[in-house]
Amino acid sequence: MASAELESQETETMTIREAIRETMREELNRDDDVFLIGEDIGVMEGVLDVTGDLYHDFGPERVRDTPISEAGIIGAATGAAATGSRPVAELMFSDFIGVAMEQTMNQMAKMRYMFGGKIEMPVTVRATEGGGMGAASQHSGTVHTMIAHFPGLMAVAPGTPEAAKGLLRSAIRSDDPVFFFENKMIYEQSGEVPVDEDFTIPLGEANVEREGDDVTVVATQRLVGESLTVADELDGDIDVEVIDLRSLYPLDTDTIVESLDKTGRMVVAGESPLSYGAQAEVVSRAVENAFYSLDAPIQRVGVPDTHIPFGPSLESEVLPDADDVRNAIERIA
Amino acid sequence: MLTIREFDTRAGERFADGEIPGFVHLYVGEEAVGVGACAALEEDDYITSTHRGHGHCIAKGLDPKLMMSEIYGKRDGYCNGKGGSMHIADVDSEMLGANGIVGAGPPLGTGAALSISQKGEDRIALSFLGDGAVAQGQVHEAVNLASTWDLPVVFLIENNQYGEGTAVSDQHNAKNLSDTAAAYDIPGINVDGMDITAVNEAVTEARKRARNGEGPTLIEAETYRFHGHFEGDQELYRDEEEVEDWRKRDPIDTFSERLIERDELSEEELGEMREDIEMEIEDAIEYAKNADDPTPDEAYEDMFSQRVPDIDLFVEQANARADGGTRGGEF
Ligand SMILES: Cc1ncc(C[n+]2csc(CCOP(=O)(O)OP(=O)(O)O)c2C)c(N)n1
Ligand SMILES: [Mg+2]
Repeated sequence: MASAELESQETETMTIREAIRETMREELNRDDDVFLIGEDIGVMEGVLDVTGDLYHDFGPERVRDTPISEAGIIGAATGAAATGSRPVAELMFSDFIGVAMEQTMNQMAKMRYMFGGKIEMPVTVRATEGGGMGAASQHSGTVHTMIAHFPGLMAVAPGTPEAAKGLLRSAIRSDDPVFFFENKMIYEQSGEVPVDEDFTIPLGEANVEREGDDVTVVATQRLVGESLTVADELDGDIDVEVIDLRSLYPLDTDTIVESLDKTGRMVVAGESPLSYGAQAEVVSRAVENAFYSLDAPIQRVGVPDTHIPFGPSLESEVLPDADDVRNAIERIA
Repeated sequence: MLTIREFDTRAGERFADGEIPGFVHLYVGEEAVGVGACAALEEDDYITSTHRGHGHCIAKGLDPKLMMSEIYGKRDGYCNGKGGSMHIADVDSEMLGANGIVGAGPPLGTGAALSISQKGEDRIALSFLGDGAVAQGQVHEAVNLASTWDLPVVFLIENNQYGEGTAVSDQHNAKNLSDTAAAYDIPGINVDGMDITAVNEAVTEARKRARNGEGPTLIEAETYRFHGHFEGDQELYRDEEEVEDWRKRDPIDTFSERLIERDELSEEELGEMREDIEMEIEDAIEYAKNADDPTPDEAYEDMFSQRVPDIDLFVEQANARADGGTRGGEF
């Protein structure tokens, strides 16, 4: 399932966790204005072991441990970005955006516009999303809809190591604020990644991970891998096309429409709560731009408007998985 | 203290064996703070807790069986299996929840104290918070509101020297966290958190002030967690020697030695207590293991006080899936 982007490139195999860490290492090496800031990303090497050894390579100034102060972290990153630095802030669990929402929505998102375009806002915020490890409601949320919805913020959510690398580099090099959402259950997923230290994936570009003629599945994060598995299982029966959306905002309407023109049927799968979720925006774009190509009602797969409960029997009930994707495909195929 | 020690030690073991999902943050080493504080409270006083909440729960009188069931994600756990270790709550015991968000408890404590004062009730609220939580903006707001309005609340900082892997001195410029009380013009008291009596006296005094309408007190109890931040923590940030030094000040040992010296407790009695508690916790684990899991449709319960058709639809779909059907119509 190597994508077209990879065909002409030298690649190596790595996990999503490694892809994120190595991209940060390369960007820290390349640009002195880049620094990392967040809770326990240094000495402790990151609560989910993403920053790893970067602290040992770059020291406490470039890999800055902070007190437990998300409003301060996101606010300071915003202030630093407005004054010539290029911070990469880690929010740890995305649920903690609650604490930092003010600086995010009223400062980071609005500053450039309200200043009449006179500053840049080159800040990246990394956060880990999603359920599956029994971490309960305050450590399992998927909040990317809120960020993608808010004008002035860009949001990406990779489903493969390659996308993680290409998008994180684009995020760091971007002069606009970009939230980079990691799903905590796929850190160990591995795949081919270009070795080129300038490899980027443009913000706002989806990718067809698997071609098919019957049903399009537009997936994000963990659901990309799950959808590819389902597509393989249905092979010979239903020909499924799987698209990794990758960017939530900007959103690649063209790739979605092109696929729908071919298949006429679509499932949109992600881990955002369903009502008013990121899935709904994909559906809206499809209906607005490909209505006459549709042969069946579009299906959404997501978290059914609950929080993520703790107990395994409850958690697995609300988390969308391969079965949900398969059921959705079979309903319309 | 013995019950907490046994509960958390065993919970840690069960977690290491893969029986307990998610995270567990153990209170081992810090027992004197929770027990000393709750012993100074009346039964109907409120507390708010933290992610490291098992000790607070037991000290407030919660049932280890139902706590353990919650930690195992079972239906008859305190939160019907929805909360887990980090979220045990029991409103009937005026225990307003452990909390997964660092620093989120104190505003709730201030709120409980506000309702106490509005209703003219004869009780108080006490919020436990970690040293790390003191760096949160919402903690400042909570203490400021409470002190401005003279609310009956006590803020008790459990300074266990670290927030995750970051030492207190790397998180705060203030030498003593209790010094921050000066900014609110309320008493700031620093106590030995390894000494149950010292904690108890400080909270008793603070409770009295709160009930007299003199407003909040900020207490800092110096303590130490003997385990890692969470179970599985590699503890890259501290050395074994430091842990050993603090272990010598084990709050259970020092208190029981003191009681034995004063002839208020005998070695035999202590041994019997330990045995009884070991059995109680063993029973709690057995009970939790054998308790029923919630059924999948229970995931949709408890979202709102009223029926919401949007969620009903999801429940129907869940049931259809459980019957081997699929959701949605025919085309
Ligand atoms: C708002 C928020 N930020 C970060 C975390 C992650 N986290 C969980 S516990 C913890 C350390 C808390 O330190 P402290 O308040 O001293 O309590 P302790 O763990 O030492 O008992 C951190 C950073 C969180 N749960 N909530
Ligand atoms: Mg602490």
